[in-house]
Amino acid sequence: PCCAIGPPGGADGDDSLYPIAVLIDELRNEDVQLRLNSIKKLSTIALALGVERTRTELLPFLTDTIYDEDEVLLALAEQLGNFTMLVGGPEYVHCLLPPLESLATVEETVVRDKAVESLRKISQEHSPVDLEVHFEPLVKRLASGDWFTSRTSACGLFSVCYPRVSSTVKAEIRQHFRTLCSDDTPMVRRAAASKLGEFAKVLELDYVKSDIISLFTALASDEQDSVRLLAVEACVSIATLLPQEDLETLVMPTLRQAAEDKSWRVRYMVADKFSELQKAVGPEITKNDLVPAFQNLLKDCEAEVRAAAANKVKEFCENLPEDNREQIIMTHILPCVKELVSDTNQHVKSALASVIMGLSTILGKDNTIEHLLPLFLAQLKDECPEVRLNIISNLDCVNEVIGIRQLSQSLLPAIVELAEDAKWRVRLAIIEYMPLLAGQLGVEFFDEKLNTLCMAWLIDHVYAIREAATCNLMKLVEKFGADWAQNTIVPKVLGMANDPNYLHRMTTLFCINALSDVCGRDITTKQMLPVVLKMSEDQVANVRFNVAKSLQKIGPVLEKITLQNQVKPVLDKLATDKDMDVKYFAHEALSGECLPYEYKKLQWSSMLCVLVYARPQLLDSS
Amino acid sequence: MAGVASGNDFQWCFSQVKGAIDEDVAEADIISTVEFNYSGELLATGDKGGRVVIFQHEQESKNRPHLRGEYNVYSTFQSHEPEFDYLKSLEIEEKINKIRWLQQQNAAHFLLSTNDKTIKLWKISERDKRAEGYNLKDEDGRLRDPFRITSLRVPVLMPMDLMVEASPRRIFANAHTYHINSISVNSDHETYLSADDLRINLWHLEITDRSFNIVDIKPANMEELTEVITAAECHPHQCNVFVYSSSKGTIRLCDMRAGALCDRHSKFFEEPEDPSSRSFFSEIISSISDVKFSHSGRYMMTRDYLSVKVWDLNMENRPVETYQVHEYLRSKLCSLYENDCIFDKFECCWNGSDSAIMTGSYNNFFRMFDRNTRRDITLEASRESSKPRATLKPRKVSTGGKRKKDEISVDSLDFNKKILHTAWHPKDNVIAVAATNNLYIFQDKIN
Repeated sequence: PCCAIGPPGGADGDDSLYPIAVLIDELRNEDVQLRLNSIKKLSTIALALGVERTRTELLPFLTDTIYDEDEVLLALAEQLGNFTMLVGGPEYVHCLLPPLESLATVEETVVRDKAVESLRKISQEHSPVDLEVHFEPLVKRLASGDWFTSRTSACGLFSVCYPRVSSTVKAEIRQHFRTLCSDDTPMVRRAAASKLGEFAKVLELDYVKSDIISLFTALASDEQDSVRLLAVEACVSIATLLPQEDLETLVMPTLRQAAEDKSWRVRYMVADKFSELQKAVGPEITKNDLVPAFQNLLKDCEAEVRAAAANKVKEFCENLPEDNREQIIMTHILPCVKELVSDTNQHVKSALASVIMGLSTILGKDNTIEHLLPLFLAQLKDECPEVRLNIISNLDCVNEVIGIRQLSQSLLPAIVELAEDAKWRVRLAIIEYMPLLAGQLGVEFFDEKLNTLCMAWLIDHVYAIREAATCNLMKLVEKFGADWAQNTIVPKVLGMANDPNYLHRMTTLFCINALSDVCGRDITTKQMLPVVLKMSEDQVANVRFNVAKSLQKIGPVLEKITLQNQVKPVLDKLATDKDMDVKYFAHEALSGECLPYEYKKLQWSSMLCVLVYARPQLLDSS
Repeated sequence: MAGVASGNDFQWCFSQVKGAIDEDVAEADIISTVEFNYSGELLATGDKGGRVVIFQHEQESKNRPHLRGEYNVYSTFQSHEPEFDYLKSLEIEEKINKIRWLQQQNAAHFLLSTNDKTIKLWKISERDKRAEGYNLKDEDGRLRDPFRITSLRVPVLMPMDLMVEASPRRIFANAHTYHINSISVNSDHETYLSADDLRINLWHLEITDRSFNIVDIKPANMEELTEVITAAECHPHQCNVFVYSSSKGTIRLCDMRAGALCDRHSKFFEEPEDPSSRSFFSEIISSISDVKFSHSGRYMMTRDYLSVKVWDLNMENRPVETYQVHEYLRSKLCSLYENDCIFDKFECCWNGSDSAIMTGSYNNFFRMFDRNTRRDITLEASRESSKPRATLKPRKVSTGGKRKKDEISVDSLDFNKKILHTAWHPKDNVIAVAATNNLYIFQDKIN
């Protein structure tokens, strides 16, 4: 809009310049937030300055602004990736290289990575000539920089320029990459190892065989295990590129060595990448090599490795060649799995529990009943709640194959125990699975065995549990219908309105908030509303203002006439309450439009999924 | 090159002394750690007041070609502040327990500093340009009329006086229940370990919200506690190896390849006790106060109260070399126990080529041992001999019998003047010796 910048001639100012002037000045504001805002609007500034001034003034200034806070530099690195048109199109895109080059050498990894990402992006906008004249020299400078920060950044740039340069330059690029693979600092070797696969993909097959394989072998036997473990990842890409007949000689010796590495971290990496490796090397090698390797990983002496391998059991079995899948699983894998069920380490057991149910679809009904069912039952009795939870959360797989009845006898005690676990987060997790269980087990079983549990949670002493219990009721009603609600849960919920504990009385209100919508107008008007209205006379102010809030929430479900005749008089009365909070919420309810009710989905269960690694210490970020 | 030198190769001479001359020493000014960076160009000290002072090596001046150039203050900053843990009703001192430099990764320098509880990563960087030119104000800072802006100005960078900034980059907190005694950067350049009395944690330098506990020697019942961790260090080249020393005089070497938890060690270094010299104090004086790998990674050195020992990593049952630091104190242990000196934690260091070692003693004496010639020397850090280029005279402590001229008797040693922290330049014969609130820098005199 304001492209025609520059003195218009007359002395009169151009007021459209003012906002841009502010943005430019704020590039140097003391407040980081303002600097950040300005950087995020860099394109506006560039547009106002025009392509020429952007190139000659703005970019030189930005090139030297690498003193700033990380978040500002990060934003800058990102912006510059989309700046091609603002400097005059592909013809001038190389002007963006100097600022990105200086950003690619800062110590903060996120900034450096973002700068490399932007460099990769704009490399595509260089003409082949510019790529050789401007971009490739930059890559060379970074690759031979004094500090390892610049050399690590270089590693990510080889693969984008390689395909588009002449064969002489290609040879140079290969040489640079080779040098970085044997750099003195492990940081650079790690960066090179992590880009090895990507680089291999753009190389001619002959060079993959001659150059990449030797680099791969060297990195995979690096003295530092932090480098070796990254070579495992490269192994996947390299194996995908090579013809099947070369795999045995070029890749397998290294892979075998990695699977038996002295360092548990390398073996962990192999276990973690096992499915990818399996796909990359194909069915024959899998049968002959990977099956025994996988068995070893499942029996590894380090629990972290066993846990990683246990996590892959289902995927590994699924991807086995179909012709003798069942036989391999039954004779080679299942015996290891059986041992893991009684592993000494609970992370291993719970990793296994999260996938083991998936085996039933692969093995079919008979095998499941004969071999897997005893394992499931043992795990349902495991001392570690996480193991039991993981089994329960995956019940649907078994249900499809053998039906849940087989398990229900063992299931019930397990559920009851979890429901009464001393740790509230365990109780919370099982509540989350209730709707799923109810669906699997059916309404009869539920009414008979589980309904009491669900009601008991409503009076749990932890608020988060009571809140989750309310939400659970709503989901159950969605599943079983309003009629079921009217007979089983509504009377009990409403009964709590007379509880001597005000917290329980409030739970009634919270339940009504959650249920009115799914129960429908009839139940809400006839059964719930009278209770709510009566509670407006409660002696505890917290209850009274929650009445006001509830009335606002259930309003949309009610008929206009009910609102007018029953709800409004009560709210009017509450609006003159002696307690100011009650007054406030009554006014809110009276003035507010009756908004459609939205229930926030609970996210608590995500807290249980915190990565388990060694003895984790999650630290307070105070 | 012989490091110790008393005689034909070279002599140590005074170069500089930093810190106030006052007899009255403020507690906060007492130096608590000294550390050269990898190139030796920078030298950092930490003190009990939570400050870090960084000295930079100035290029030799043409006027005084005989000196290698001096260390001058480059940057000073407050690294830690006193804190109070309200949950445990504990005061957390600001005293800097350790400083460790990171390998240089760009023009800036980085170091880790720690007090008892919290480790911080600091960036020390230079700035020599300043942006000039605003749109909305003129050079004097007066605001311009926003409606009279006729053109846009892009700021221009102009040279300015060099400014050195220290900024905290990361804070690693809340992981230690006990007092942190060591931090050590791993040779993989991405992790480091921190040790307190009972546990060792492994951190990633870029992650502050979690650390991995790799060693835990806390017994289930604290009444069964017999041993604490006194120091820990990563191997200089093998990223999977670290050692930690204990109050029982033993050192454990762990291999992180073996398992995620290193509760079980791979090697256990212990010298069998000589039953004839057993006494009430044996256990206290055998406690190791410092452990350092040689630059080569082949050896490690440990300091206990009376001696320094060099161990070959391939031999666990006894040290390959043992040097007595101040054997004459053996008869004084009782009084050293009474005045708590026996619990002093002396550190030790290697020279750049691992051929000599240095450690401190009392009366502002420090000791050097040449590993090849087995020669040793006692030197003193004192104001008296602090004339430029003054050669340091070897000191001798008389041990019973008649005191010879130039000797000092054991009874007249000043136990309040102790040298706990010393550092040796990674390449040159330049040493930094912390004596209470003063930092002495000595170097070899080229004849």
